[in-house]
Amino acid sequence: MADAPSQTLKRTPLHDRHVAASARLVPFAGWEMPVQYAGIREEHVAVRTAAGVFDVSHMGQIETTGPQAAALLQRLVSNDIEALQVGASMYGVLCREDGGIIDDLLTYRLEPDRYLTVTNAANHERDFAWFAKHAEGFDAEVSDARDRFAMLAIQGPRAREIVQSVADAPLPGRHTVDARTLVGRRAVVCGTGYTGEDGVEVLLAPDDAGAVWDEVVRRGAAPAGLGARDTLRLEACLPLYGNDLSEDRGPIEGGLGWCCKEDTGFIGADAVRAVRDAGPSERLRPFRLTGPGIPRPGNPVAGGGVVTSGTLSPCLGIGVGMGYLPADRAEIGTEIEIDVRGKTREAVVAERPLYRKERDG
Amino acid sequence: MADASYPDDLLYHSEHDWVRIDGDTATFGVTWFAQDALGEVVFFDPPDVGSTVTKDESYAEVESVKAVSDVIAPLSGEIVEVNTALGDNPEAINDDPYGEGWMVRVRLSDPSEKDALMDAKAYEASLS
Repeated sequence: MADAPSQTLKRTPLHDRHVAASARLVPFAGWEMPVQYAGIREEHVAVRTAAGVFDVSHMGQIETTGPQAAALLQRLVSNDIEALQVGASMYGVLCREDGGIIDDLLTYRLEPDRYLTVTNAANHERDFAWFAKHAEGFDAEVSDARDRFAMLAIQGPRAREIVQSVADAPLPGRHTVDARTLVGRRAVVCGTGYTGEDGVEVLLAPDDAGAVWDEVVRRGAAPAGLGARDTLRLEACLPLYGNDLSEDRGPIEGGLGWCCKEDTGFIGADAVRAVRDAGPSERLRPFRLTGPGIPRPGNPVAGGGVVTSGTLSPCLGIGVGMGYLPADRAEIGTEIEIDVRGKTREAVVAERPLYRKERDG
Repeated sequence: MADASYPDDLLYHSEHDWVRIDGDTATFGVTWFAQDALGEVVFFDPPDVGSTVTKDESYAEVESVKAVSDVIAPLSGEIVEVNTALGDNPEAINDDPYGEGWMVRVRLSDPSEKDALMDAKAYEASLS
């Protein structure tokens, strides 16, 4: 448990608050980030039953502006960006020519010719270089907006009520985005998240993040770390880049065919179409263990396949995960055997999501 | 979770295990420092009674929500008992690491190995 050289790690504007809250800080994608405060399970349950607030300021932003901003994004992102309305958000992937996934991204259309794309922290520099390289020839400008924003995610059944109580106007609905004032600070509020719960994500000037953090915590949002963020997203079957998505596999294999519109001609569309037409050889599937054990990334599956995410589900109390399975063994209900460090663990391919409030809450 | 503590009547291994020696048998567990570093323990996978453990080698696994960690044997011998209660209650490793959180009892094959272990004072000093 050697300490990482903290002087090389970036800190978010909320770092002092994390320290004061006795967070356990860990290196993550070049940042010093809180992995937990009170405890992963307690934070997880807080988000499922009330509200939690996550500092996700490590995530990057790329701003694309200009008359051909939409045309450029249409070329880069797999989804139909030209159909995106002002004030709406759209999920998509960035692909290489061969269909390998460079990143998965959420793009917001803030103004007619102004888009903001949120990147994964570990991929941000590479994404921005990719954007800049392909911007040549378009009447559009891309700029690295990461240092202009801190980002908070307030998630859970009480999240909207809490944020609404510090807002100047009704919050934008699910999958929409608008400027609001929160605690007197200018913010971009987005009806998005990564937990399977309702809630918002908020972009703020770095100096304004602390005031909003303090106020939503005071009003009942529990500080929640990257540990709970991971267990929440896994129960919701939301893929994590670096675990479930990578350059080695394409979006069809990863279950993201729904956000790929090959007719838009995005980079990699031909490769994606070929896989869609032929059918993928493997598919990303959620599964749950039927006995003891906790699956972990890298565990092999008997007969082919590999676990890419795994944990003990705090809400279900059993080992759950996602992994790539041969297409002919990926049907819901298929029994699989996972080699968890030498022990065979029985599991069954499950439907998405692994946790559903009406059923499991 | 209790405050940090390192009882004086135990011996300690640098991989954050404790030993309570009683004649030719010994009880093993992990230290307060280890359980704090792990976070909430959600799964303990015990070895089989009758299997042998070797000093400095892994004999069991503990898992938190985030990660799995090996538990290192501080001494060598044969396992004569495992704490089966941890199957239903692995969080005892957090709540009471030197009591209810004990992991295995071992018949020692070479009691002199204990000379390589640390007392509480030396172990605590090694943490800072």
